[in-house]
Amino acid sequence: MTLAFYIAAAVALAATFRAVTHADAVHALLYFIVSLLAAAVIFYILGAPFVAALEIIIYAGAIIVLFLFVVMLLHIGRGQRREERTWIRPRVWIGPAMLAAVLLAATVTVILAESPPAPYDLPQATAPSDIGVSLFGPYVVAVQLAALLLLAGLVGASHLRRHDKSTPLRAKGDPP
Amino acid sequence: MDPTLQSVLLGLTVLFVLLHLAGFLIWVERRLLALMQDRLGPNRAGPFGLFIIVADIIKIFTKEDWTPPFADRPVFVLAPAIIMITALLGFTVVPFAPGLVVMDSNIGVLFFLAMSSMGIYSVILGGWASNSKYSLLGGLRMSAQMFSYEVFMGLALMGVVILAGSLNLSDIVEAQRGMWFVVPQFIGFVLFLIAGLAESHRLPFDMPEAESELVAGFHGEYSSMKFGMFFVGEYMGLTLISALIVTFFFGGWLGPGFLPPVVWFSLKTALFIGFFILLRAAIPRPRYDQLLAWGWKYLLPLSLVNLVATAVVVLIRHG
Repeated sequence: MTLAFYIAAAVALAATFRAVTHADAVHALLYFIVSLLAAAVIFYILGAPFVAALEIIIYAGAIIVLFLFVVMLLHIGRGQRREERTWIRPRVWIGPAMLAAVLLAATVTVILAESPPAPYDLPQATAPSDIGVSLFGPYVVAVQLAALLLLAGLVGASHLRRHDKSTPLRAKGDPP
Repeated sequence: MDPTLQSVLLGLTVLFVLLHLAGFLIWVERRLLALMQDRLGPNRAGPFGLFIIVADIIKIFTKEDWTPPFADRPVFVLAPAIIMITALLGFTVVPFAPGLVVMDSNIGVLFFLAMSSMGIYSVILGGWASNSKYSLLGGLRMSAQMFSYEVFMGLALMGVVILAGSLNLSDIVEAQRGMWFVVPQFIGFVLFLIAGLAESHRLPFDMPEAESELVAGFHGEYSSMKFGMFFVGEYMGLTLISALIVTFFFGGWLGPGFLPPVVWFSLKTALFIGFFILLRAAIPRPRYDQLLAWGWKYLLPLSLVNLVATAVVVLIRHG
């Protein structure tokens, strides 16, 4: 299991790196999907099959499809690929990379300074019903807040979709 | 026997049966469609025209495997593989008989939903990588269609999950001993049927393909066995949806004792495959925007109402 974890983690790191550095939008998204799948594998190994499944259904299955939809709708072609390549030249990302490296060094120092945690057995897989019970028990406020946020998004989207009655955008024969 | 070995053997058996079934379905579909349309269908080669399958396979293998120079080669090659892999992986959680399941997972329903949502990448990427206008339109349609219908596909199943109290497919079948879930969950069944049809992009909902307007849509640029994989993958998706409708709503392997459970499961699944094929002959393709509007405006609210109503009834019953 430990070996599986390290393999999945390595795949996730490599895929994420390619997702950031690839000039082609669709290829970058494909690497992103692989990265999400690797994260799902890690969740599964850590005893959270429910979260692993949701990671695939929601992130890899729905959100990336939406990204792909937009990429296809805009029909990003070779020209954009060249433009993208000029944007991700070393000169551009060397500053942020150095700052991130400083942060990474600080985090590693902190982790190394702490005493290593005692080795423990991998936890038993959490049953989906336990997650439901805790979502609607101790975390019910968080669930309600998330629902409120989604409702706000829904209302906003529906408002953006509304257009002026004086500019008829509907095709003939559409229901009013 | 060692459980791991047993799972591997069962997996290989399922693979063997499914690949042959998909080939067989090509013939079944043609004959059934012909029957519906008062034609004869393929009846020349072999008994009942069965050798048409062999002829089709020889034809598909010997055709030139051509990758268009304007296509995005790695994605173009990857796309047909995805549909086969995800359809086959979906079968790993389907219980064919008591104990006869490749992966008896306690998140079975979610695993199936995850695989079906990964399967749509095949069509989207195939359409995009072909780099031609009609294919792109096909892929674009597929992504919007799947996005709309996947949402209530999961919601339609939640009523069943509430009644069974489990996400494990074997438990769901066992919970139907008293009554098949199609009775208390009829709305859920209809919704899942429609969503499954849209998900497997079969004819009433085959807008991504739409021969008459998009010239085969997403697989327009594919030839030889790459096309064959889309073709076979579609039949596997059809079989998977039929098997799952049987598992979720029609008592899976349950049935009177004079036939073994596997036979009951296969018979029910075959019935639904036949139903889907006849549906293809019976219903015309809706307009694309109507399909999306239907999904969001009627089917999604209906599935939410069904979910809440089921939850309320279960809550009152168990007090």
